[in-house]
Amino acid sequence: MYYNVFGEKVSKKRYKEMCAAAKNRRELIAAGLTSRRELFRMGLLTAGGVLIAKKGLSAQTVLTAGQNVNGTSVKTNNPPSSGQNMSPGTNQNCVPGNQTASPATRPFIQPLPIMPVAKTVSSLSPAPTENPNTAAGEVRAAPFQAPLIDSSRFPVVPGVLYQFNQRQFTTSFSPDLPNQTIWGFDDGTGTRSPGPTYQAFYGKPQLTRNINSLPSITEKNNTGFGMASVTTHLHNAHNPSESDGNPCDFYTNGHFCDQYYPNVLAGFNSDFAPNGDINEALSTLWYHDHRVDFTSQNTYKGLVGFYCLFNQFDTGDENTGFRLPSFPQFDIPLTFADKVFDPESGQLVFDLFNLDGILGDKFLVNGAIQPFFEVSPRRYRFRLLDTGPSRFYEFFLTGNIGGTGSPTTNPFFLIGTDGNLIPVPIQVNSVRIGPAERVDVVIDFTHLAGQTVYLENRINQINGQGPVAVDSQLFSQSEPVNTECTQVLGPTTPAVKPAGAGDLVLQFRVTGPKVKDNSLPPSQQKFYSLPSTVATPRVVRTFKFDRLNGQWSINGQFMDCNTFRFTVQQNSVEHWLLTNLTGDWTHPVHIHLEEHQILSRNRAAPTVPVDQGRKDVTQLHPNERVELFFRFRDWLGKYPIHCHNVVHEDHAMMALWHVEPTGDNVLVP
Amino acid sequence: MRDISRRKFIAAAVPLAAAPLVAGPLVSGLLGNTAFGKSPSAPAALTLSDQARQRIQKHNLPNIPLITHEGKQVLFYDDLVKDKAVSLNFFYGNCDEVCPRVMANLAAVQKLLGRQVGRDIFMYSFTLKPEEDTLDVLRHHREMYHAGPGWTFLTAKPDDIEKLRKAIGFSYPEPAIDKDKTQHIGNIRYGNEPLMLWSACPGMAHAKWIAETLEWMVHPEQNRIQAS
Repeated sequence: MYYNVFGEKVSKKRYKEMCAAAKNRRELIAAGLTSRRELFRMGLLTAGGVLIAKKGLSAQTVLTAGQNVNGTSVKTNNPPSSGQNMSPGTNQNCVPGNQTASPATRPFIQPLPIMPVAKTVSSLSPAPTENPNTAAGEVRAAPFQAPLIDSSRFPVVPGVLYQFNQRQFTTSFSPDLPNQTIWGFDDGTGTRSPGPTYQAFYGKPQLTRNINSLPSITEKNNTGFGMASVTTHLHNAHNPSESDGNPCDFYTNGHFCDQYYPNVLAGFNSDFAPNGDINEALSTLWYHDHRVDFTSQNTYKGLVGFYCLFNQFDTGDENTGFRLPSFPQFDIPLTFADKVFDPESGQLVFDLFNLDGILGDKFLVNGAIQPFFEVSPRRYRFRLLDTGPSRFYEFFLTGNIGGTGSPTTNPFFLIGTDGNLIPVPIQVNSVRIGPAERVDVVIDFTHLAGQTVYLENRINQINGQGPVAVDSQLFSQSEPVNTECTQVLGPTTPAVKPAGAGDLVLQFRVTGPKVKDNSLPPSQQKFYSLPSTVATPRVVRTFKFDRLNGQWSINGQFMDCNTFRFTVQQNSVEHWLLTNLTGDWTHPVHIHLEEHQILSRNRAAPTVPVDQGRKDVTQLHPNERVELFFRFRDWLGKYPIHCHNVVHEDHAMMALWHVEPTGDNVLVP
Repeated sequence: MRDISRRKFIAAAVPLAAAPLVAGPLVSGLLGNTAFGKSPSAPAALTLSDQARQRIQKHNLPNIPLITHEGKQVLFYDDLVKDKAVSLNFFYGNCDEVCPRVMANLAAVQKLLGRQVGRDIFMYSFTLKPEEDTLDVLRHHREMYHAGPGWTFLTAKPDDIEKLRKAIGFSYPEPAIDKDKTQHIGNIRYGNEPLMLWSACPGMAHAKWIAETLEWMVHPEQNRIQAS
């Protein structure tokens, strides 16, 4: 059975044509072939102007690399192979239209910055209060929910307190660029971006006072983008709505919000009382600004950070529990961000007038452009986070760059999807993540001692639409994904570049001292089971992600802070159907409060590893229908669903909804 | 399905474009192709903030000549947006799908914003079809939507309208769709020029929400909370 995006049955022939036509178009655009004359000359366009739907047609087989039909240079996204390039990974990626290239920077000359663990404070003044302390300048939508449920477990002033100031500060992304004035978080030890990493524990509730100490918006000292009114969201936390960091609750300089993070498992106040369902344990979360209409600018300007959550199994100590590599020495959070710099001034710039999505030509890891990281020959856990704004990555561990022979692809272990440990580690050659997604991986450098290897992004993406030819190979494994599209197009597609031809984002030098490794090999590890998805949903809701005259929409409607579109019943099961009507666009869809499991993609069970775990962002590819399973438990209040290509999010591809004791039956909210 | 099937058909069937899609120049030697030309280095005396503002002006707020519905000649940057909070959108006279909804919404927004329009915030609507939309057509549409003095309708030379449209982000990455005026972008671009605050909202969103959004450009120092 084959379906189009509307869920209508189509013939196998028609389905293949749909796949082929979409691929043809993308290849032609990628090859810079957009004029009628060129297409006509190549026999791709009929006299009537209809693009020939020719199976397997590939512009790249017609043309030799770097040349178009006229023999002149083509603007494609296929840079010279870094394997043949003396300075690999520099200025390699595409620069979106209307944008100039950033100045050259030397790769792998600065070490990987490691964000310090966030410092607690002994007290806050004034002390946090259950109701918003508006007299003191607090801006919070509602009283804390957790103390109302159980004030002995969740005291209004919990034992773990943080005070984070958001401040403007000056930093360096590369010695080849001038210093940059951006925004970051200060836990009392100095301002930095990405912010300090929370080391949080289940069973230890905590509270963060998030203070806006950014320059006043009206001082006319903006550096070109960013809205200094903020709201900080803790992404994927099972958190009460007043502390979630809702996009519609924001505050300016001199104000603060106390955010209560109960660090409690889903189900604690419902079907798994009192402690919650261990199979819902979260590990890798992140915090970021979520200001409606300005999230892309504010996160690009630096307002992001990690929140690592531990428990009795995922202990952070390789001698106990699951025995994963110890935090923080061998358990390394990595933020990935792509940015653009003005070619003249070298200053960070942001395309304020873009609706599609923004790609940068400089790759930053933990705030440094293409850093190196010296590792010991042992196992490490890495927590990979794509902070966007709009780029997708497919990460490979590539060796033998610049050596004799071909670059090598080294396998590693996937252990978590969106920060949630999967039942058993899976050995992979690559992981694909989109904006806001996380993967946790374990890399064993033992057999790479003395070598230099790279985290290489091999995905082909030329604009905010998403990866090219996403439908053909979702996840590059030893065995290709068996879809009709791969059969039509073949398992090797332009979606993923060959080894060494991608962007070398991070260099690992396996030259550190030999140190003891008490972590367990991933092949021997077993984590949590997946929660059951057999419960009958109370309601099945449909969300159509579309573009109406350039306006990003969900079910034909647009973000509006004054409109709540539907009400979920507290402690109920729902299925959500996400459909993508936007022909060539991939939307990474994020839903707050509860993570989900993917029941199907285009009515087939998910096949790729990242789809099989627990998720809080699901990539919705062109012409796809994805069915999600949710249990909405414990908390009440308001939350959003939105595209996490933050440029789409900022242009209204978001909807607000409620959790209430009684839900509604709005099927197409 | 209606408009998507047509859009998809057009996109799939006519992949041609007057302006070729820039898929992404890679080599710095190819990069002289920005629509805005080479920039002189900013004088050292300028603050970071001044430089950033100039950069936005140069890349996104071209000083193109336009003509108002009253027949007055104005310059886009100098006369319309400099030192102001503004809303910007495109429409055309014989547009029968998106424009009437967006323009009716703007009429409601104008009403909601009341006296602020023309004093604190300036609304500008540009024709996408300067060849067809004479000043009479612009005036007729202003009357139709009860546009007050703070809401100006404008036209310009077709090339200049195109330049403006692309500079302020009313274009698609797909050339075929970009050319199709029936699919033109129905967003409302809003901003506060001196503070460098710019974003956009759908013209088909609720008028009350659009009005609130525009008020942030007038009073960006406002907090906002909403009880659940």
